[in-house]
Amino acid sequence: MAIEGADIVQAAAYLGAGLSMGLGAIGPGVGEGMAAAKACEAIGKNPREAGLLTRTMLVGQAVSESTGIYSLVVALLLLFVV
Amino acid sequence: MDFDIQTWISVAAFMGGALAMGLGAIGAAIGEGYTAAQANAAVSRNPGISGDILKSMLVGQAIAESASIFALVVAMILLFTSFTSQSYVTACVMLSSGLCMGFGAIGSGVGSGFPAGAACMGMARQPAMSGRLTTNMLIGSAVCQTPSIFALVTSFILLFTDFSARAVSPTWAAVLGAGFASGLGAVGSGLGGGLVAESGCKGIARQPLSATPVTNVMLLGQAVTQTTAIYGLLIGFILMFKSFPATDSIAPPMALLGAGLCMGIGAIGPGIGEGFTARSAVKWIARNEGATADLTRLMLVGQAVAESTGIYSLVIALILIFVA
Repeated sequence: MAIEGADIVQAAAYLGAGLSMGLGAIGPGVGEGMAAAKACEAIGKNPREAGLLTRTMLVGQAVSESTGIYSLVVALLLLFVV
Repeated sequence: MDFDIQTWISVAAFMGGALAMGLGAIGAAIGEGYTAAQANAAVSRNPGISGDILKSMLVGQAIAESASIFALVVAMILLFTSFTSQSYVTACVMLSSGLCMGFGAIGSGVGSGFPAGAACMGMARQPAMSGRLTTNMLIGSAVCQTPSIFALVTSFILLFTDFSARAVSPTWAAVLGAGFASGLGAVGSGLGGGLVAESGCKGIARQPLSATPVTNVMLLGQAVTQTTAIYGLLIGFILMFKSFPATDSIAPPMALLGAGLCMGIGAIGPGIGEGFTARSAVKWIARNEGATADLTRLMLVGQAVAESTGIYSLVIALILIFVA
């Protein structure tokens, strides 16, 4: 079975795409969960500010999501462009 | 040195059995240790009901133990069943089955220890709520065990399906990927579900009157934490049951292995994060029952955002399987 160079490069791109998205999903998942946990605590303490707290939580989570999106972009680049 | 296929299958079965039990022992031991520590603190707080606390500790530990008993069963099957096959795929199947059950038992073992510890502590605080606390602990721990049951199912399907007729080249990676997807995918959900159940038991002990909303939101939150383990199971099933065309090239097997790793590892973070969110929501429902509706809504919105990276992983895994 002769394996050519281009084949190994393609294999590395596929495995790399999987690892990129898999590992990249850990941080945002945990971080966004923490943000939402604190927002729940804050609403428990001060239910009248629910609207403001939800907005703040979503903005914070959106920022925290960015690394997950970078991982997604890199995975898609590895799959379809490289 | 030249070994025949049967030798490699035995090697893989023994390695798989060892990994299943070695990894599978981690979670249950940590969870049970935590339960015992909380039980000791509870007895010192209220020595009068030490009998009830001891009973509750043992019940909770028994549930946490079940994850590692699953691993023991898989390890025993791998060690003492003689698998005869003429395909190298069978060797990968043995290894994958062991890895799947070993990883799958970690989260559930640790997670089930949390509600058991909180129930012991709660009994010391509110002896009158012992019955309700035990019920809540049992429900919460049962949900924590589901990811390890998913891993057990995948492990058994791998062991008892005959993969030897399939083409060796992509199938070896597909079965390994299935083990990783289902096994690693169970870690976060088991742990996250345990955090929520712990908070439910604490909440009931603190505010017995709000036991009903606490249990309801606990179950809702736990259900969301289980979703990423279900994605892992789904990818595992696709990898096991889809038949892939034979190939001489190295790229297709790596795509399948990558899909399994992507979904397995990607499921860990959202499972834990959603557990944090629901833990906090349940905790504050017990303290401020009037805000239950706001808290439930916010919990679900927050969990949905935390779920997004798990969904990206699912998408990439599906692209790797069906498009690449």
